[in-house]
Amino acid sequence: MGEIDLALVNWSRAQFALTAMYHWLFVPLTLGLSFLCAFFETIYVKTGNEEWKHLTKFWMTLFGINFAIGVATGIILEFEFGTNWSNYSWMVGDIFGAPLAVEGIVAFFLEATFFAVMFFGWDRVSKGFHLFSTWMVAVGSNLSALWILVANGWMQYPTGMAFNPDTVRFEMQNFWEVLFSPVAIAKFTHTTSTSFLVAVMFVFAVSSYYLIKRRHVEMAKRSILVASVFGLISFVYAGLTGDESAYNNARIQPMKLAAYEGLYEGKRGADLVAFGVMNPDKTVGDGQDPFLVEVAIPKGLSLLGKRQFDAFIPGVNDLVYGNAEENIVGYDQKIERGKQAIADLSAYKDAQKAGDAGAAEIALAQFKENQEFLGFGYLQKPEDGIPPVQTSYYSFHIMVYLAVFFGLLCLAYLVYGIKDTIEEKRWLLPFGVISFFLAMIASQAGWVVAEVGRQPWAIQNMLPVGVATSNLAAGNVMTTFWMFAILFTLLLLAEIKIMLNQIKKGPEGA
Amino acid sequence: MASYPVRIVRFYRDGFKSMTLGKTLWKIIFVKLFIMFAVVKFFFFPDFLSTRFSTDEQRADYVMEQITAPAQKSN
Ligand code: HEM
Repeated sequence: MGEIDLALVNWSRAQFALTAMYHWLFVPLTLGLSFLCAFFETIYVKTGNEEWKHLTKFWMTLFGINFAIGVATGIILEFEFGTNWSNYSWMVGDIFGAPLAVEGIVAFFLEATFFAVMFFGWDRVSKGFHLFSTWMVAVGSNLSALWILVANGWMQYPTGMAFNPDTVRFEMQNFWEVLFSPVAIAKFTHTTSTSFLVAVMFVFAVSSYYLIKRRHVEMAKRSILVASVFGLISFVYAGLTGDESAYNNARIQPMKLAAYEGLYEGKRGADLVAFGVMNPDKTVGDGQDPFLVEVAIPKGLSLLGKRQFDAFIPGVNDLVYGNAEENIVGYDQKIERGKQAIADLSAYKDAQKAGDAGAAEIALAQFKENQEFLGFGYLQKPEDGIPPVQTSYYSFHIMVYLAVFFGLLCLAYLVYGIKDTIEEKRWLLPFGVISFFLAMIASQAGWVVAEVGRQPWAIQNMLPVGVATSNLAAGNVMTTFWMFAILFTLLLLAEIKIMLNQIKKGPEGA
Repeated sequence: MASYPVRIVRFYRDGFKSMTLGKTLWKIIFVKLFIMFAVVKFFFFPDFLSTRFSTDEQRADYVMEQITAPAQKSN
């Protein structure tokens, strides 16, 4: 491989980011709306009121549109793994391939059965079985997000596996450790709970639009009432799981935490930046203040990251250059040990080829001593280990500000919903209409925090993205980037057009 | 009363027949799947290692080569 082609790596990353973000336009709505449909239908079955049936059918139609257009957009990511990220795929494929395939097959059969009942079965199966199918669709859709999120969690915190230098693969040692790793749990729960919020905002947006237009008023009010209860619960859950994610970051990916908090100089009792404008000229180690303007919550970051007011939170400088007082080893030393690991791995391979079992054994033992620093050996200089700080910082803060907005909106909609005065609150309804777009922004921003914040790693501390790629011509990746940009934009336009059409028709069109 | 398999086939057949919006959605699904598999996957996204090597041993050797080659740069 020798020199890594930067253009290739960057185009491969850009392509992955583009397709993942487009894919993620469809997913949260599927995850959340499926549950909302199940709630609506449960009320219908419990009350026997036909109005609720119409309402359920209406939202189910919108759910169906989103599902049909979004389905299989994630497969593109798998294509990219095999073509653009073949080194990475080889190294982890053994573990993730089989569970993902099983999950795909199970999801297919679940969907083929229960989706069919959900859409075709209204007058052909019993009410109870129909309701059961709707619930199964909700549970199944959410479960089918499980393994891919576990896989993502593993990339951030590679646990439960061992690297086998003979197969050049990470091999599973403990399935449960992978499945129940704290990062995987936080990922799954935060992703699903925030996706519920996205769907709640979708229901708010459509219903608020109807209330503004004074159409389908009863249906809109009913939908809002159920959605706001679900929204408030999801909001609390999202906050708790978000807090858990930050706690994990502090232990497992401290650089990510430092980046999204814009923390350069670590300290005990570190403050949490509530509002701040970052200094665009700031670079690591230059002594400049990272913020032009800053309003901070005293000791908030120590509390968030370590759950103690006076705990030390390392900043970018501490992590890159080390901090002896706090026992933090700098990246320069880690790079040395990483390079040693690569050299030992290479020596092991050569000894194996030469049939020298003794030398191979020694090289392997030495490799194991430095193995946990392997990825650092590919970095040229300590500063290469820093993610884009400003992007991480702004994405994180946008996500959290919007979270507060969603919480307040759910509360307001619930209170006015219960008082039955929501349609009179003309000032509030436009917030409901835009809330869905804001929720999509928050959700995408969340992934930016998680993924940009962990750069340069494809597998945390083990494999940087530059080594994970395939040896391709950058031009090829660029071509397919644009191809996907066009393809996905067409899909999105189709979604918007069909969705709007259906919303205009209202429940009669369902 | 028809047997179960027959009833299931009818269930799907009648369901598909009575679709309106669903027909458009199915068309989109099929066109999308066709483009993805017959065009995108086939012409643009061959599996890098499967197409270049015939055994897993060769693939492992190649990846080892990639991750141990000197003068590695990241990012
Ligand atoms: C107070 C509220 C919130 C906090 C404290 C919070 C915290 C976090 C943290 C720390 C991460 C990074 C996790 C990691 O990289 O390991 C994250 C990721 C994410 N956030 Fe939030 N978040 C909050 C609200 C929201 C809201 C309202 C949304 C969307 C509607 C959202 C969507 C996401 C998504 C999709 C991810 C990526 C998946 C993941 O890493 O779990 N978050 N959040």
